[in-house]
Amino acid sequence: MYTTNASRGLPRHRSRYPAERYTRWALRALTAALVLATLWLVVAFHLRGQWMFALLFLVLGASLAIVFGKRQLMSHRYIFPALAGMGVFVIFPLLYTIGISFSNYSSSNLLGEERVRAQFLDRTYQAEGQAFDFRLYREGGQMRLYLEAPEAGREGTRHLVSEPLAEAEGGQPLAVRPSEAAPAGEALGLREVIARRDALEALTLVTPDGTELRMSGLRRFAPMLSRYQENADGSLTDRRDGTTLTPDRETGFFVTDDGERLTPGWPVAVGLDNYTRIFTDPDIRGPFLQIFVWTFVFAGLTVAFTLAVGFVLASLLQWEQLRGKAVYRTLLILPYAVPAFISILIFKGMFNQHYGEINLILEHLFGISPDWFTDPALARTMLLIVNTWLGYPYMLLLCMGLIQSIPRDLYEASAVDGGGPLTNMVRITLPLILKPLTPLLIAAFAFNFNNFVLIALLTGGKPDILGASTPAGTTDLLVSYTYRIAFQDAGQDFGLAAAIATLIFLLVVGLSLLNLRLSKVKV
Amino acid sequence: MAMVQPRSIRARKLGAHLALLGFVSLVVFPLLLVISISFREGNFATGSLIPERFSLEHWALAFGIPWERPDGSVVQPPFPVLLWLWNSIKVAVVSALMILALSTTSAYAFARMRFSGKAPILKGMLIFQMFPAVLSLVALYALFDRLGQLVPWLGINTHGALILASLGAVALHIWTIKGYFESIDGSLEEAAVVDGASTWQAFYHILLPLSVPILMVVFILAFIMSIMEYPMASVLLLDEDKLTLAVGAQQYLAEHNQRWGDFAAAAVLSGLPITLVFLLCQRWIVGGLTSGGVKG
Repeated sequence: MYTTNASRGLPRHRSRYPAERYTRWALRALTAALVLATLWLVVAFHLRGQWMFALLFLVLGASLAIVFGKRQLMSHRYIFPALAGMGVFVIFPLLYTIGISFSNYSSSNLLGEERVRAQFLDRTYQAEGQAFDFRLYREGGQMRLYLEAPEAGREGTRHLVSEPLAEAEGGQPLAVRPSEAAPAGEALGLREVIARRDALEALTLVTPDGTELRMSGLRRFAPMLSRYQENADGSLTDRRDGTTLTPDRETGFFVTDDGERLTPGWPVAVGLDNYTRIFTDPDIRGPFLQIFVWTFVFAGLTVAFTLAVGFVLASLLQWEQLRGKAVYRTLLILPYAVPAFISILIFKGMFNQHYGEINLILEHLFGISPDWFTDPALARTMLLIVNTWLGYPYMLLLCMGLIQSIPRDLYEASAVDGGGPLTNMVRITLPLILKPLTPLLIAAFAFNFNNFVLIALLTGGKPDILGASTPAGTTDLLVSYTYRIAFQDAGQDFGLAAAIATLIFLLVVGLSLLNLRLSKVKV
Repeated sequence: MAMVQPRSIRARKLGAHLALLGFVSLVVFPLLLVISISFREGNFATGSLIPERFSLEHWALAFGIPWERPDGSVVQPPFPVLLWLWNSIKVAVVSALMILALSTTSAYAFARMRFSGKAPILKGMLIFQMFPAVLSLVALYALFDRLGQLVPWLGINTHGALILASLGAVALHIWTIKGYFESIDGSLEEAAVVDGASTWQAFYHILLPLSVPILMVVFILAFIMSIMEYPMASVLLLDEDKLTLAVGAQQYLAEHNQRWGDFAAAAVLSGLPITLVFLLCQRWIVGGLTSGGVKG
């Protein structure tokens, strides 16, 4: 352990070697460039109104400038990159998640209020007047629309042909004029119309009498009007029936006079709503508690089973008189060496109802064919079997390492007293390795508590719990439940997912503090 | 030992061998089965471990070569497995190198320097490392979504985002390398500093060359962890040609269109190299995994 001049705050001499001086200047320039790049991000995020991200990069840029600017913080320069990585990709997402848990951020409340308002103002409705079927004609490089009224028009023209579509660049209205014949060239099929849908939807056609036509369906153009009108107080008026929509900034929705909410809304802070929903809404509380209990059972049983298998195997393998231990050891840690996402999928195929080898064997031997994926109890059993297969090698390796450190003379003494192998295992080996093993068991518990990959790849949480208002399955762990609420199916409820994630964070903090205390980490 | 052994010991040894062999065969069965299935004809073939009707169809498809069936129909490869494998390796190599760089420099500071906040930072890292990334996926998605609007190569559906997101998981590696650095005597570096070397020169020219083994271990560990990473890749990557193997492979066993045979060939093709790397380096990896956790 030594301290440098720099960290004592002593001045550094100008280097005698030009190469070193140039390197120093290059490093300073690099730091400055990085700081400037971060500042650019800060400004850009700020201009977009995303203050959370602006703040994140402001903190990042400022700490970068301070750590690399002050010579007293020489040592901190070495740890800064790693800390910045953890800060941006672990700690910031964690805080952001906790923040989301107090909001109603979801797929129905996704965009900001201004964007929602703009969406409402973009809505149109079909006004009174003649609608036309249309076809798109291509002649050379030019495209024209050919409009045809389905029934003989009361007020006149039946057929209209537009100017070439290229003239409508930049949102100009496009003139259409009466014509008896279809334009020259070939009519395009529906598939090509769909391919140009965005361009067509942006078109406004103007007939000779001044009516504006817009696309109202894949085959139709009709006179369309904006549905909503913005009022000075921020409310919207529906032009069709005159109802008023007032923005409710408590709930984040536009509401009509009789209290009906219109989607989409925008995210607002809702306080503890998400948490109260977890504990009071029966459609959420029921599945949540069931999944909560199963998560503990799953993690506990996994640790118990993997430890039991790993410990017994380790005790066998440390028997000096047994030959071929190296071969056994290599074969036994194979499940650890094969990437988990491959072995989990292998089991998914093997447990398959129809062609899976496991059911074929069971059918052959006992004449039974269990429904591994549709029966909740069997699906849970399957998860535990697969996870024991995946997880015991780690315990085996840990136990083998720890058994090595037990003094041999304890076993000799036991042999003198006439102790058999079973006595040795239960009375000597187990008690001696259990203490150093405990923190690792807690870590393994925490890992399996959050074993998302297994659930996602093997069962996807299915079979589903009946009567749940959020996607919830009987084999879901809390993490996969959170993932499904946030990313699957309709109604992605980020707020609720974040609230459950926050609860898991608290549990994990508890576990890791316990772990830290038990393992007596020396820093 | 050339001793005459009592009969009971011999019987016990036989029993132990039988038990071990039985367990080993249970463990290895799924792996052998997959190799066997990859050579069977058709996607739902059943039968003994040694295929009765041998076919290279699944292997050809896994390598991306269209396969012509005896009846003349041509089967196109369902998924770009080699591309996925290449994506995985690309992401894993880059992120492992970056993780190595970040964790080595900070491990050096933690092992050799005295500075304010060292103990709380180290402990804090241990705690934060236990949070699974799955839980903050919404936040990570939002972060890269916004970032991508400003810096396109860091947006959603880019490998840049995935690589960057993996840089959060450095705590374990820092602890592993720090433990190794502390086992090396610091007097060499002190001598260098006395002779006028800067801390960086002492680190780069003296300590690093001495620590190549642990750097290899950490690189391989980070590489394997990145190959196996599933949750972040499943959210950050969208297009089929961008997917990594971990996310893509599950498409073989999708709900309504299960291609068991094709999956088997792809699984062996992509899983074998990773398994071999692990087994070849197992001595160092296991040491790193277990000691890093135990001693701290």
